[in-house]
Amino acid sequence: MRFALRRLGFFVLTLWAALTLNFLLPRLMPGNPALAMMAKFHGELTPQSLNALEILFGVNTHKSLGAQYVGYLHQMLTGNFGTSLDFYPASVSSVIGSAIWWTLGLVGLTTILAFLLGTGLGIVAAWRRGGRLDSVLPPVFVIASAVPYFWVAMVLILIFGISLHWLPYLGGYNVTSDTPGLSLTFIGDVLSHAILPALSLLITTIGTWILTMRNTMITTLAEDYVRMARAKGLPGRRIMFDYAARNAILPNLTGFAMSLGFVVSGAILIEYVFNYPGVGYMLLQAVQGEDYPLMQALFLLITVAVLVAILVADVATALLDPRTRTAG
Amino acid sequence: MSIPLSLGQPAGEPRRQSTSQWAASHALARMGRAVRSNRKATVGTVLLVFFILVALFPGVIAKDNPSADAYKPHLGLSTAHLLGTTAYGQDMFAQLVWGTRNVIIIAFTVGLATTAIAVLVGVAAAYFGGLWDSSLGVLIDVLLVIPLFPLLIIIAAYAHGGGTLLLIVVITVTSWSYTARQLRAQALTLRSRDFLEAARVRGERRLYIVVMEVIPTMTSLIVASFLTNALYAILFASSLQFIGLGDPNTVSWGTMLYWAQNNAALQTGQPLWAIAPGACIAVLGAAFALLNYAFDEIGNPALRPVRKRAPQPVPQPAPRPARGSERA
Amino acid sequence: MPEVLEVSGLSVDYVLDRGDVRAVDDVSFTVGRGEFLGIVGESGCGKSTLLFAVAQLLAPPARVAAGSVNFQGTNLVGLTDSQLSAVRWRDMSVVMQSAMNALNPVKSIGAQFRDAMRAHGKPAKDEIEARSAQVLRMVGIDPVHLHSYPHQLSGGMRQRSMIAMALLFTPDLVIMDEPTSALDVVAQRSLMVQIKELQLAYGFAVIFVTHDMSLISHFSDRLMVMYAGQVDELGATRTVFDRPLHPYTHGLLEAFPSIRGPKIPLKGIPGNPPDMARLPSGCRFHPRCPHAVDKCGQVEPDLVELDEVMVRCVRRQDGSLPVTAGQEGSLSR
Repeated sequence: MRFALRRLGFFVLTLWAALTLNFLLPRLMPGNPALAMMAKFHGELTPQSLNALEILFGVNTHKSLGAQYVGYLHQMLTGNFGTSLDFYPASVSSVIGSAIWWTLGLVGLTTILAFLLGTGLGIVAAWRRGGRLDSVLPPVFVIASAVPYFWVAMVLILIFGISLHWLPYLGGYNVTSDTPGLSLTFIGDVLSHAILPALSLLITTIGTWILTMRNTMITTLAEDYVRMARAKGLPGRRIMFDYAARNAILPNLTGFAMSLGFVVSGAILIEYVFNYPGVGYMLLQAVQGEDYPLMQALFLLITVAVLVAILVADVATALLDPRTRTAG
Repeated sequence: MSIPLSLGQPAGEPRRQSTSQWAASHALARMGRAVRSNRKATVGTVLLVFFILVALFPGVIAKDNPSADAYKPHLGLSTAHLLGTTAYGQDMFAQLVWGTRNVIIIAFTVGLATTAIAVLVGVAAAYFGGLWDSSLGVLIDVLLVIPLFPLLIIIAAYAHGGGTLLLIVVITVTSWSYTARQLRAQALTLRSRDFLEAARVRGERRLYIVVMEVIPTMTSLIVASFLTNALYAILFASSLQFIGLGDPNTVSWGTMLYWAQNNAALQTGQPLWAIAPGACIAVLGAAFALLNYAFDEIGNPALRPVRKRAPQPVPQPAPRPARGSERA
Repeated sequence: MPEVLEVSGLSVDYVLDRGDVRAVDDVSFTVGRGEFLGIVGESGCGKSTLLFAVAQLLAPPARVAAGSVNFQGTNLVGLTDSQLSAVRWRDMSVVMQSAMNALNPVKSIGAQFRDAMRAHGKPAKDEIEARSAQVLRMVGIDPVHLHSYPHQLSGGMRQRSMIAMALLFTPDLVIMDEPTSALDVVAQRSLMVQIKELQLAYGFAVIFVTHDMSLISHFSDRLMVMYAGQVDELGATRTVFDRPLHPYTHGLLEAFPSIRGPKIPLKGIPGNPPDMARLPSGCRFHPRCPHAVDKCGQVEPDLVELDEVMVRCVRRQDGSLPVTAGQEGSLSR
């Protein structure tokens, strides 16, 4: 219980840090970037939007930094992220709302798949030490970890999209011929557009799972209780799962959460390459369009998402490890 | 209640250096040996040296000025233009070769700077303990959890993109926490080791202990830190350049990819423009990753490749003649 | 067959990059039915490796290089894990040094007992519960702890539950690797007494590895002294104690004070055990032996029977060190 509270406290702290960073960054940059942006959009904004922008970026106000900060926090915590500039006059929240589902689908499903597949392969590779799988995997995935995410996407596009014409590679669905809805053709379209991006993400992120699981398994297999299990004559499969894997996976769950940051980076780049209408693509569009309110909100959203995922992983670890369950 | 049975002192050379300095030079010698014997390390070192040489002497290989758009655009492969020309009439091969310099500079500068900060913060946190440890530890953890790439994007966006220096600074400032965490963990385990107690008892000052005893013992982890940070520096920097947040006029692999993407290189039949620089990033990254993995194996022998031997028949003892006590 | 275990010429190598290192060199001994054999030696002498080799629990880079381990007529060397499972736990079980490390931290004690029982046959659920509770009571632990996790028990309780687990099938041989080393002195003694009682009650043989000579001497029937991978002395405990033949054994005995005997100055054995990759010439102990002569560095002695005791010493065997000299055991009662 105490452990859970401490973690929660940590997340609140991190959230606060992210909010504060968001607040300070535009104000720290030489020549407040917001000024330039506002000049660009000045003629087109309503007074309310202008006011919101001022609060967000601290331009044209005579309030002290502290007062600005309080106003900013109040705005953020009440969910008022202002008006998007690129998608004016839509509010930032509504703009993000449409993009979230695409990213959740892509990233969420792919990560779960990569985790399951990767962990499984890692377990088997460690169990059959010296076998073919084990000797091939490490070098292959060491190299895979060094490959830039977007490059994998490009190669896939080149092979499957352009040369072979098997799969589409632009957008989340075919905008010209389809309308969103629950029709079978739409769903099929969405799925076919998701294959290449998902594959790119899978290829680039699975390596870490396999490797870390394999390494933890190898260390676990050297433990005395695994030797004891052998001494008791337990069947191989039971030792592999019940005694080795169950212990090896625990440290990996928190590692899983830590590496989410990298999955997120990969997703942003992959969405960019495929023009996939998710949160990452939107972030880059916002950057290019100097839509700062949107940018800020997206950054906070991504941070919160990662934090939540870590929290979930922590809870899962605690539930699975009786030592934390009974101790505190 | 067992009393030590051996009361001898190990005969040996008189100790001229402290144990840890010996450990450090020993570690470096071991690494040198390991590089030669471990295949991954050898390949990685060869590749790295190759790229460093190319970065130092690009004019030797590529005679053309990479930025000059002096040629006909869209030329294919030929002896005059090994990789053809870009849509702007620049020689692609020259760009690739000269771009190496930018990448290597970023990799090494960020690698060294990040590792230096990580060592300072990590070891200070572990060794000075108490309030230092708590606050630095929290700082590390918070920075670890905030998704780095989105943060990088935001900062670079506010700065309207910048040259190499900005990239270096921004990446260093955001990515040191990952390795700081590992170094802190190791420093914590070293804190209670006997030889540090001995130093303390000898009356050495804390700073002396930290610099002369703790850090040399962590040599292999520090080297691994450098390699990891260099790898991520390359990936982050090229990604930022790719999405246009680097200075598009620098000659670098990431900027080549930016221009390639902007000109829809894949779709318009100029795949090499995108594939070649990406491949270079992958290979250089792989060099760092291979070295890192090799050091992992060197440090933890359990991870080394196991060659499965065919089960050999175990020789049985020959029946021994009974011997009496009549031996000369 | 009177013997439960017959080990012949067993050698174990560690396969390393810089060359194979022999950790156990040509070891032979037998264990009779219900017999308590103590194996004593310094750290690194190969006794734990020997134990794992006997139980077929070696892991790479260690492997059996030569010899046989005959358990009730079957040679265990070379058998696969599935072939061994017929014998494992039912006829031969193992108790390891640190129960905290030897018990799966994420499973309850009862679950681990259950795993062991289910691995050999298909017992019904109540059979499992009954037997698990019974063995726990045998070692003096309340069966309610079947639901506990290893980290919830004290050190002594963990060790005893390991012993209980080893007795699930009342095997013929229980191999113990320093099970008392991780405990405090009082717990050590009570655990040893418990083990001895159980042994006498259920008649299983025990191989007990330790570095603590004084502790084992009260409980073992026969004593085997190991040094640098070899057996240096092997005989009835009483005989070895009253009349140690090998200078190393003598040195070990002299290092432990007697609580009742006359006060004598403690003597350690000077020097350190040899690096197994760079062994001394001739007798492996000669650099540290107070009775060494030139011949000791030239001839590698065999293990030879001398007055009902097997001993590996050049000078004892050629008679140049008569049995009368230096034989006063400081533990004579």
